[in-house]
Amino acid sequence: MTLWSITLATLKKDIRLEWRSKDALNSMLFFSLLVVVIFMFSFDPLAEESRHIVGGLVWVGFLFAAVMALNQTWARELRNQVLDAYRVSPAPANALFLAKALGNFIFVGVLEALMTPLFVIFYNLRVLGPAWQLIPVAILGTWALVVNGTFFAAISLRTRSREIMLPLLLFPISIPAVVAMVASTTAILTGEDSAHFYIVLLLTYDVVFTTACLALFEKILHAE
Amino acid sequence: MPVPDSIPRAITVHNVVKQFGRFAALRGVTAEFDAGRFHAILGDNGAGKTTLLRALAGLAQPTQGSITIFGKTPHEACRDLGYMAHPSLLYDEMSGMENLRYFAGLYGIAGHAENEDARCEEVIRAVGLDPALTRAVGQYSQGMRQRMSLARAILHDPRIVLLDEPFSNVDVNSAREMVGLLKGMRDVGKTIFVVTHQAALLEGAADEFVWMQAGQIVDRTSSVARPGLQ
Repeated sequence: MTLWSITLATLKKDIRLEWRSKDALNSMLFFSLLVVVIFMFSFDPLAEESRHIVGGLVWVGFLFAAVMALNQTWARELRNQVLDAYRVSPAPANALFLAKALGNFIFVGVLEALMTPLFVIFYNLRVLGPAWQLIPVAILGTWALVVNGTFFAAISLRTRSREIMLPLLLFPISIPAVVAMVASTTAILTGEDSAHFYIVLLLTYDVVFTTACLALFEKILHAE
Repeated sequence: MPVPDSIPRAITVHNVVKQFGRFAALRGVTAEFDAGRFHAILGDNGAGKTTLLRALAGLAQPTQGSITIFGKTPHEACRDLGYMAHPSLLYDEMSGMENLRYFAGLYGIAGHAENEDARCEEVIRAVGLDPALTRAVGQYSQGMRQRMSLARAILHDPRIVLLDEPFSNVDVNSAREMVGLLKGMRDVGKTIFVVTHQAALLEGAADEFVWMQAGQIVDRTSSVARPGLQ
């Protein structure tokens, strides 16, 4: 019984539950689709303008959509108080946290893979900078959203209005990451600046917050 | 009645207080429980039975006092504890086998998939269910869910089994079968704690009846009838 074997077992269980219920994916997809359509009709931008604004639209849309998945993650553990079964077991707390964060990363990643082509089509996008850099930005940016989101969703579990509490906790602390995601995406789309600094910033943000979340999660899990 | 020294102590509870805000659910509970015995915890609603059980399971941290289980803290002794709560502690969307396989993984049971499956099937049969049942737990009847919940609690073969209202919403025959199973576990040396309002079911099965009132243990008897009380 190792950290990774339990992480993998919990991740498989979460993917199985999501596959059967599709609670998180459906709500995220519909929400993102609405964001794409509403913004398109609101701005109706030219291709040149799109390159400057779409980085912000994409990431803010994904951030709001991710909150839905993050709330679902722990809601499953509250039904029938299943979380107590984990708490009384000898399984390490961090295995649960990593599994939840990885699960959310996969769900938000699937959402991004499905929604990105729509953004490209609706906003008539063409990348002028090094397009391959969008891959590290997407990976690091998504991890930045889900690692803190998973942690703060666990904190807000025991509050009465947790759906409201999660964004209140998550959004302020995500500002540096969101700024780096938007700036790097805009830099890559327009080809006007280098995204290197923002990618390093995202990497640093991810390392710092992943370490902090792993260090503190056991306290959160066993808090009453 | 003094207990002979040869019977080892399973659990020692020393001056345990548990506060929820200004409300004290446990008020200085001190008790020792012997290993290999069947303890029934009885009392009115709000007497502190469930809080005591949760404290023994390590789910409720005492505000004051200490609990030792075979000389260890509840958290350290988690492999020795099996806990069944009032809710099922099972995932409604998964079948019984899928649930147990997941929890077997958390306890590192057997380590090999075939052994793990064999153990899961064994406990499911032990509680009177069919391991081949593919229905999701959410579609089980309340009684079946209680049985599956018991199967989850005893899956890792714990030395101490803590059960909170295991017979609620279960028909009398099924409840008697569950009592028989618990008696059998006691007979092979397990220590059983059952919180229940259906004390009559445990007459002749439980070795000790622990009576709680207003967050304290007020009496411990060997029969469900309390001397001096109607």
